[in-house]
Amino acid sequence: MMRFRFTQTAIDTAVARHELLDLGAGGYVSFEGWVRDHNEGQEVTRLEYEAFQELAVKEGERIVAEALRRFPVKHALCIHRVGTLGLSDMAVWVGVSSAHRGEAFEACRFIIDEVKHRVPIWKKEHYRSGDSGWVNCERCAAAPRHAHAHGHDHQHHDEPAANHS
Amino acid sequence: MQLKIQYYALMREQAGRSEETLETASNTPADLYGELTARYGFTLAREQLKVAVNSEFSDWSRRLAAGDAVVFIPPVAGG
Repeated sequence: MMRFRFTQTAIDTAVARHELLDLGAGGYVSFEGWVRDHNEGQEVTRLEYEAFQELAVKEGERIVAEALRRFPVKHALCIHRVGTLGLSDMAVWVGVSSAHRGEAFEACRFIIDEVKHRVPIWKKEHYRSGDSGWVNCERCAAAPRHAHAHGHDHQHHDEPAANHS
Repeated sequence: MQLKIQYYALMREQAGRSEETLETASNTPADLYGELTARYGFTLAREQLKVAVNSEFSDWSRRLAAGDAVVFIPPVAGG
């Protein structure tokens, strides 16, 4: 079924949307995640996404299947970019079609939230300062490599630092 | 026994490789992470990670078998 998949190239939302068409659907809801120019006080210039694809597609499929069980929607699909992305590029797309809009919004929200928490995908931010860092990994590491020299904070961030939310 | 290890993201950079075949006496992913942290100086605590064996999430105490493919999963950041 491939209701969760990766692409190395730009996400074609017109093609993706077509997969959700259903005579019983009264509409569809989509979410696009874009690369933002800042995160946690740093100016971001580009991102690199990397995934453990064999497991990521299984976990992504499970999330979409869960959404289809929990909400009475027609179809759902999630596509995630990997590789290097520039500002305003689309990193992720979620689409859900349904008879009525309420459950489509809920299912779409459920899918993007679960994908961000569960699917083995990583994001390296490159900053205008020339520095770079893996989101959720560097500043909460047990012993950051530069912590002592530069006094970076050791605060643990429970919530993933979303790039677009 | 021989295991296949794959590294991603921060751990790939810290290990200086994306995969390797390793001869090890470690019987569980937990032991293996300790062994590899001693070798590569991984900065993430085990409690921050998940682990996969043969492309499925696994317990840290699972008994590893020869030929298993192990992947340590740093905190994820999709979306």
